[in-house]
Amino acid sequence: MGQGTALGRVRALGSAHEGTHHWLLQRFTAAGNLLTVLFLAVSFVALPDLSYATVRAWLGHPLPALALALMIVSVFWHARLGLQVMIEDYVHGASRFAAILLLNLAAFAGAAFGLLSLVRIVAGATAETAAAAAAAAQVQQALQGMMGGGMPQ
Amino acid sequence: MAERPLSPHLSIWKWGPAMLVSILHRVTGDGMALVGLPVLLWWLGALASGPEAYDQFTTIATSWYGYVVLAGISWAFFNHLCSGVRHFVLDIGAGYEVDRNNRWSVVTIAGGIVLTAAFWAAIVLL
Repeated sequence: MGQGTALGRVRALGSAHEGTHHWLLQRFTAAGNLLTVLFLAVSFVALPDLSYATVRAWLGHPLPALALALMIVSVFWHARLGLQVMIEDYVHGASRFAAILLLNLAAFAGAAFGLLSLVRIVAGATAETAAAAAAAAQVQQALQGMMGGGMPQ
Repeated sequence: MAERPLSPHLSIWKWGPAMLVSILHRVTGDGMALVGLPVLLWWLGALASGPEAYDQFTTIATSWYGYVVLAGISWAFFNHLCSGVRHFVLDIGAGYEVDRNNRWSVVTIAGGIVLTAAFWAAIVLL
C-alpha cells in the first residue's frame, strides 16, 4: 500500500461506470426469465407426456419455439451477469481476468448451442410437415387418376 | 490489479432470515447457471439429434439420481424466483423494516419449497 489516508489511496481508482448498466440488465433479464421459464414449467405440466414425439411436435409450433428462443437468450445473459458477480467476489488478480474471459466464451457458446438445437428441431418439424404435404398430394393425385377411369400404374 | 480496501466487518455478523435468503439466492442462481443450463442444453441437443439421443437423456433423467438433480434444479428455480421477486420489492425501497424484512424473508424460502412441491405434484397428477 502507498502512503496517505485510506480515502486518498482509493480516490484516483474511480469506478468502472458500468454498475448501473449491469444492475439494470440483471433486472431486465430477470423479468424475461420469469416469463419464459414459467412458460416452460407450465408447458411441462400441460403437455400430456414428455416423450420425443410429443415434445418435438410441441416445439414445431411457432409460439413455444419463440418462447424457448427468448428463454435461451434471457437465461444465458442473466447467468453471465450473475456468474460475473460471483467471480468478482471470490476470484482476484490475473485469474479473475481469465475467469471472466472463460465466462464470456461459455455463455455465448451455450446460448448459441441452445439456439442451434432449436433451429434444428424447428427445421425438422418443417421438413416433416412438407414431406407429409407432398405425400398427401401424391395420394390425392393417385385417387384422382383412379376416379378418372384409368388404372393406377 | 489495484489493492482496494475490504470491509472491516467481515467477522462481525449474526444469522438472520435475510442473510439466509441472500446466500440461497446466490447458491441457487450460480447452481442453475453451472448445473441447470448444461442439463437444459443436453435436453435440447438430444431433442434435436433424434429419438436415440433423447432416449439416452430420458433414461438418465428418470433414474433416481436424475430425479434428484431435476428436483434440485426445480427447487433452485422456484427459490431463486421468489427471492428475485423480493429483490424487485426491495428495489423500489419497500420492505426494509426489520420485522417485515424478516417475515418476507421466511415467506420467500417457504414459497420456493411450496412452489417446487406444487410443480411436481402437478407433473405427477395432471
